[in-house]
Amino acid sequence: MRFVRFLIDSIKETLKGGPLYYAWMAFLLIIMAFAARSYIYQLDNGLIVTNMRDQVSWGLYIANFTFMVGVAAAAVLLVVPAYIYHFQAIKEIVILGELLAFSAIVMCLGFIVVDLGRPDRFWHIIPGLGILNFPDSMLSWDVVVLNGYLLLNTFIPIYLIYKGYVNEEPNKKLYLPFVLLSIPWAVSIHTVTAFLYNPLPARPFWNAAILAPRFLASAFCSGPALIILIFQIIRKFANTKVQDVALFKIAEIMAYSMFFNLFLFGAELFKEYYSATIHLAPMEYLMQGLHGHNALVPWIWTAIACNVTAFILFLLLRNIRSVTMMNIGCVLIIIGVWIEKGMGFIIPGFIPDTLGEIYEYMPSSTEVMISLGVVALGFFVYTIFARIAISVNNGKLKYQKD
Amino acid sequence: MKENKKISFVRRKFLKTFTVAAAAALAPLAKANSAVKDFDFEDFVQKNFKEMTPKEVEKLLKRLEKKYKEKYGRDFVVKATPPMENVEFGYALNLSKCIGCRRCVYACVKENNLSRKPYQIHYIRVMRFKNGPIDLEKSEHYYESERVPEKGYFYVPIQCQQCRKAPCVKACPIKATWTEKDGIVVVDYNWCIACRYCMAACPYMGRRFNWAEPEIPVEELNTNTHYLGNRPRMKNVVEKCTFCIQKSREGRYPACVEICPVGARKFGNLLDPNSEVRRIIETKRIFRLKEDLNTDPRFFYFFHS
Repeated sequence: MRFVRFLIDSIKETLKGGPLYYAWMAFLLIIMAFAARSYIYQLDNGLIVTNMRDQVSWGLYIANFTFMVGVAAAAVLLVVPAYIYHFQAIKEIVILGELLAFSAIVMCLGFIVVDLGRPDRFWHIIPGLGILNFPDSMLSWDVVVLNGYLLLNTFIPIYLIYKGYVNEEPNKKLYLPFVLLSIPWAVSIHTVTAFLYNPLPARPFWNAAILAPRFLASAFCSGPALIILIFQIIRKFANTKVQDVALFKIAEIMAYSMFFNLFLFGAELFKEYYSATIHLAPMEYLMQGLHGHNALVPWIWTAIACNVTAFILFLLLRNIRSVTMMNIGCVLIIIGVWIEKGMGFIIPGFIPDTLGEIYEYMPSSTEVMISLGVVALGFFVYTIFARIAISVNNGKLKYQKD
Repeated sequence: MKENKKISFVRRKFLKTFTVAAAAALAPLAKANSAVKDFDFEDFVQKNFKEMTPKEVEKLLKRLEKKYKEKYGRDFVVKATPPMENVEFGYALNLSKCIGCRRCVYACVKENNLSRKPYQIHYIRVMRFKNGPIDLEKSEHYYESERVPEKGYFYVPIQCQQCRKAPCVKACPIKATWTEKDGIVVVDYNWCIACRYCMAACPYMGRRFNWAEPEIPVEELNTNTHYLGNRPRMKNVVEKCTFCIQKSREGRYPACVEICPVGARKFGNLLDPNSEVRRIIETKRIFRLKEDLNTDPRFFYFFHS
């Protein structure tokens, strides 16, 4: 029953910490408590407390969901250099990346649950219990791939951490197949998420074959951007070996991804504006406003400015090895991609609606509060798991016979 | 030792601050909220309607009648009339005749127990166009005219098109919506999880959502209901036009057809070569909305004055 001991010791470990650690966890818990209050309010009154309506039937929750799937998928950018190319500097930190993927999926599921009008009927969608409209519905595919990815990214890091705890060499035959499986699986979760929007002819803005590659390209910028920032924070507060060389390696991949992302976005713009059919309307609404409605225009131009600036900064990184510059680029990318894939992507799909009506959507304070809560939950989960992983790695947390 | 003391002080302080803040945040939870109050175990464990045996359906209808009696104080009939043999319903709408009076909109609201407050639901939307091409973006959805018809305008009512290749049915992840044998696309309101993917998939705004608990004056309730049709709905579920399934399956016209003062609305059996809709489809110049999407609607528009 060494595993039970492992669990108990891990829980004990997460309860210990300095003032800053307590402050951080308390901060997250308080956000979650306020979000819980907003969520109860939403359950109580119905989704009318959001600003979603029949015309714009998805909003901030689904926008955040889409962004987070990208973050989860991006862990593969650590997995490939670590396990396939045996890049030592990244191999040492890959587990923290897998844990981030796990936390991102937790947030994805969180955003889905808060978006569901009837979470009390959640069991209807659980394979085996309910009825899954598989393979017809792309949403049923998403249920399968997301939960599969969650299982993979639960098993792999927990197994490796546990083996470190009991000080045994991990059995490669046991975990390596799953690691290899997680690589195409990571690609699949974001592809399927793109396929949720992409096959709906009712929504010309989404109905573009370029969507899945675009999603992957932007995910391979935003995910690593978060990873780079989080790893530096961990390095500062915990005793870990995150080397700059690993971060710059990740940054290099991001520069390529951002190039593809901008290129694909440009290709999309060209197609819509040059053909200039009536299906240009949502793009026009997004980029320049339509019939006097232009709520999203400042958003998308902010995103473009952030992404282009970040791309230039990352190009310069080849010659100027500046961590500060890299960090600025990362922040810009997170903002830029979050807008591009969230508010700048989900909302224009609905504007104008299928009968030509324009209903402008901006999230309500309830939606914002609940979303913050889901993000806080993700960080909470990540902090706990990262702490355990680091303590095991440092030898602070290890199995001792009584 | 000193270190430990410091930590325990930090911990105590943390616990105190945290408890106070959490209590402040969660205080409203103490009040009983509707999500808990309205919880109905039998609703919770109810199966998908399509998977029920006839016996289970019978029991369910009885249970709902009792439930509605308790809730609204009126005697409801909840039916589950099956489709008729050799019937596929179709609809034809004469745009030359429609005067944009919206009587169909409100007859539908009444017949189908649509939410009046706080979120108003209409299955039918009548759009007003200036004479010229049908450009949806230039249509007026909320025109308020003192008299209709108006010179220089024409009107296009749009509702669920009851597609043969319905994108909404394909989209639903849990088979909460499907096409019946007689061509009516229905929703099991008790199975829908409200992901609203069907709403994103529908090209005609055919689906409506109960964003809040629907409120209908008790005396205005239509107590003659069908499980898949106009029985009272709950908050946070999707609903839609069912060609008034509670009436059409008994050989009667939908409410919108009955009320139309100019006879612009025609309804009947597409499989019957002598039906009015068949004759219209075969003899008039007809069109369907967004034909390029290949949804194959059972709803036809035509011109005939």
